[in-house]
Amino acid sequence: MSKELTISKPLPGIEGPGFLATSFDKAVGLARANSIWPLPFATSCCGIEFMSTMASDFDLARFGSERISFSPRQADLLIVAGTIAKKMGPVLRQVYLQMAEPRWVLSVGACASSGGIFDTYSVLQGIDKVIPVDVYVPGCPPRPEQIIDGVLQIQELVKNEPLRRRNSSEYKALLSSYGIQ
Amino acid sequence: MAVDNHYIIEELKLSFEAQIVSIDEPYGMLNIVAKPTSVNDILKWFKEHQTIKADFLTDICGAHFPDLKDEELCVIYHIQSMANNVRVRIKSFIPVSNPIILSSTNLYASADWMERETFDFYGIIFMGHPNLKRILNVDEMDYFPLRKEFPLEDATRTDKDDSYFGR
Repeated sequence: MSKELTISKPLPGIEGPGFLATSFDKAVGLARANSIWPLPFATSCCGIEFMSTMASDFDLARFGSERISFSPRQADLLIVAGTIAKKMGPVLRQVYLQMAEPRWVLSVGACASSGGIFDTYSVLQGIDKVIPVDVYVPGCPPRPEQIIDGVLQIQELVKNEPLRRRNSSEYKALLSSYGIQ
Repeated sequence: MAVDNHYIIEELKLSFEAQIVSIDEPYGMLNIVAKPTSVNDILKWFKEHQTIKADFLTDICGAHFPDLKDEELCVIYHIQSMANNVRVRIKSFIPVSNPIILSSTNLYASADWMERETFDFYGIIFMGHPNLKRILNVDEMDYFPLRKEFPLEDATRTDKDDSYFGR
């Protein structure tokens, strides 16, 4: 047991024996970031990589995403992995609308991010044509490490998000640019 | 008597000599080009023939040849005789200005979705089809994407520099 353990940094705040005084949004952010429930929207080979990400070798559960939410109502993070055909676009949008705030979107792979190799009449040229995206993961398909890196970047966003962000005029303008609300 | 291409051609000519435009056998597969008005009758004849028994409709698809004057669109039927292990391809050419052909849904229930697909991609209208609407593409699509005059690429693509792709 000579291996040195590294412990993540405590929240910034006033520390004393048995207590920590910090701001409310820092505490909420910490709790949210380490218990993200992802909703996989997997349509093709990126979905296979995502399955591997969830399985024991890579084990996304280590980062607090143990529970995959197959209902959008309880999900925090929409993981879109794979080609989205134009006919699937309204379905994806519907799933996004069914998620409760606060919600985040991770676009996994070239197809979800830009249409990828499918520069064709039947494929949506990036999911950001129909829903706002927080983090893009490149790759065709990306390796599980890359997907984990994407999720960790989502965690950083979640940790540092101000509590009032979802009520801000910028956020409302973003949503209305997609015709939501 | 073995059911082979030669036998089928001889039998077919007895009934449909006037309706057949040409017959050839590329790679050993019988290929019949027929007049559009008679395709349904020929399919029915194949299905009901006591010896040939070609009663399985494998596929209906389309093709577009913009350079063939008044024969721009082609409807292709593949049928198979399970009993004799023989396959036949039947083609029919129709003008793009009036792309109408008779539906085969009265003969084969499976023709329903195949004809909808052919309509979806080539705009070929199958007279008598019970529900001729798009099946694979989005309902709002206002063109027939596999016709040659339409570009394959999506016009909304933003991350590609066309000069890298020779466009």
